[in-house]
Amino acid sequence: MQTLNWKKYIWTLLITIIIFVTAIYLSNFLNNKKIDSLREIEDKIAIDIMSSETEYALLAESSCKDLSSDILSQELNALAQKLTYTEENFGKNSPDLLRLKTYYTLLQIKDYLLMKKISIKCNTKPVFILYFYSTDCSQCGEQGYVLTYLREQYPNLRIYSFDYNLDNPALRTLISLYKVKNTLPAIVINDKVYNGFIDKDKLTGLLPIWMLPISPSTTSTTSKK
Amino acid sequence: MFITSGLAVYIFIFISLFFEIFLLLTFLENKKLMGIKENTSSEDFPTATIVVPCFNEEESVFGTIESLLSLDYPKDKLKIMIIDDGSTDNTWSLIQRYKNHPNIEIFTKPNGGKHTALNFAIGKSQSEIIGCLDADSFVDPDALKNIVHYFSDKKTMAVTPAIKIYKPDNILRKIQKVEYDWGIFLRKMLSFINALYVTPGPFSFFRREVFINLGPYKKAHNTEDMEMAMRLQKHGYKIENCHKAFVYTIAPHKFSKLFTQRLRWTYGFLKNAIDYRELFFNKNQGNLGFFILPIMIISAISTLWLTGSLILNTALKIKAWFLNWQAINFNFEPFKTFHFNFEWFYLNTSVITFVSLFSLTLMITFILIGRKLSEGKIKLRPELLYFLFIYPFMAPTWLAKSVYNVLVSKKTVWR
Repeated sequence: MQTLNWKKYIWTLLITIIIFVTAIYLSNFLNNKKIDSLREIEDKIAIDIMSSETEYALLAESSCKDLSSDILSQELNALAQKLTYTEENFGKNSPDLLRLKTYYTLLQIKDYLLMKKISIKCNTKPVFILYFYSTDCSQCGEQGYVLTYLREQYPNLRIYSFDYNLDNPALRTLISLYKVKNTLPAIVINDKVYNGFIDKDKLTGLLPIWMLPISPSTTSTTSKK
Repeated sequence: MFITSGLAVYIFIFISLFFEIFLLLTFLENKKLMGIKENTSSEDFPTATIVVPCFNEEESVFGTIESLLSLDYPKDKLKIMIIDDGSTDNTWSLIQRYKNHPNIEIFTKPNGGKHTALNFAIGKSQSEIIGCLDADSFVDPDALKNIVHYFSDKKTMAVTPAIKIYKPDNILRKIQKVEYDWGIFLRKMLSFINALYVTPGPFSFFRREVFINLGPYKKAHNTEDMEMAMRLQKHGYKIENCHKAFVYTIAPHKFSKLFTQRLRWTYGFLKNAIDYRELFFNKNQGNLGFFILPIMIISAISTLWLTGSLILNTALKIKAWFLNWQAINFNFEPFKTFHFNFEWFYLNTSVITFVSLFSLTLMITFILIGRKLSEGKIKLRPELLYFLFIYPFMAPTWLAKSVYNVLVSKKTVWR
């Protein structure tokens, strides 16, 4: 007959719980830091967009300075990447994350509107792609990858991505404006809607012809890296 | 706000951390006991018989016997019984040279399995303590003297040694060396809480009355050493571990051999655990029944679960990559200018990560304590890395196969 040392088991349980609680605390602390850093990026982008808008409003009447800032679109891309990562790791229903995503969506729409205005005013021909996805759509992963591919190949392409199911009035208006159906993925290229997955070659074919010559694959003999 | 990667993972990692903390507390509780001198005065030496069962061991049996002859032990109290279990090679003719040695008796019998060879010798022995040494193992000269010290406690019925790998010369053997270091630590801790469930074939010793009272060895799914330990535990017989009694065993040098050996061990453990299921949560069995045996089963389940989900996740990831690459016709040219820039943002900061890191640190500490016990010093060697990175991929293979074999009742072989 052997007796159990209950005290030892209780101590073990206590220590194990303390380690777990510490880990949860540490993880929360660092994850909050991450959320903070996302918020900072968004604030910075918001300021950038606002200053572009203001600049545009000031100069609207006189000259057509090149206002399109590629830096801004790169920042939006980096932010999008971080948001996707956060979504994959923290879970989709975190209220902080939803707020950040909504903010990001609004920033994109603002950037889109501003760029459109500038392009009309200054007679430039940028290509806009609006990409609608959802977190439970089977081919959205691949569609996103094809778009990343295109952006790498054609840096002038401005791609905006929207979570179709995000509950936000501005996004809902954008969706109803283009009559985007919920068969996702969906892509809007220069105001024309395409529902369902589009592969790389088809999508390239939908781009305006003037865009294609700058592609590295077609000018590989002359282009320098 | 943390990874919701399945409740099961949380439960498994909680239990494994609980087990590690339990071992750590056991270690801290008994640290002082481990430094005691393990020698004994000569008048205390009991008579000892060492059985060497051989089946086709012509390559190593000579070294095994020579190592036994160099044991520092009164020669008038030591008997070595070599049992040829119907070998089909030259083992029998090789051991003829010991025919007239005063300490050695040689026998041959028709092949019947290791447990029959052991029982054959036990039936002939009149010694106070009886042990066995497999013919692929060698002993340290002080091993028996150190073991005997533990028998001065009248309640101790069996003593197990510290097993080391003989000449770990390739990666597989080095990995096993680290595993055995961990084993040395674990066995010592289990002995402190009276929960040893194996009396390893190489150089475990028993009082003769164990066999008289509890009967001879059984076949026990080719793991007679586990069955014997469980039988002792069932009857409340005390098993000790002597971490200073070093035994060197020739480890499998290639994976297929290791796989066969581990399949036999794991299958044997599961089958014997089923045979002795009455020990589980039995209030007379203390730590063994309440904690150690259940945790062994849980760790088997969690290893399979975690490996399974790892394989599944990797497969899904590869599939997603493939579909992505297919979507761009495997044209990676635009990605060539991609620059990797490190940002702390992308570090995994989940609860599981932190707890796992802590758990891993404890595991390494235990391995190093085991190494300190076996080598007297702590030395960091690359084999620790081999162990940490390769072993987790090897162990699930034999575990999965043995669980499968248990489910379909398929028996294992020795070699």
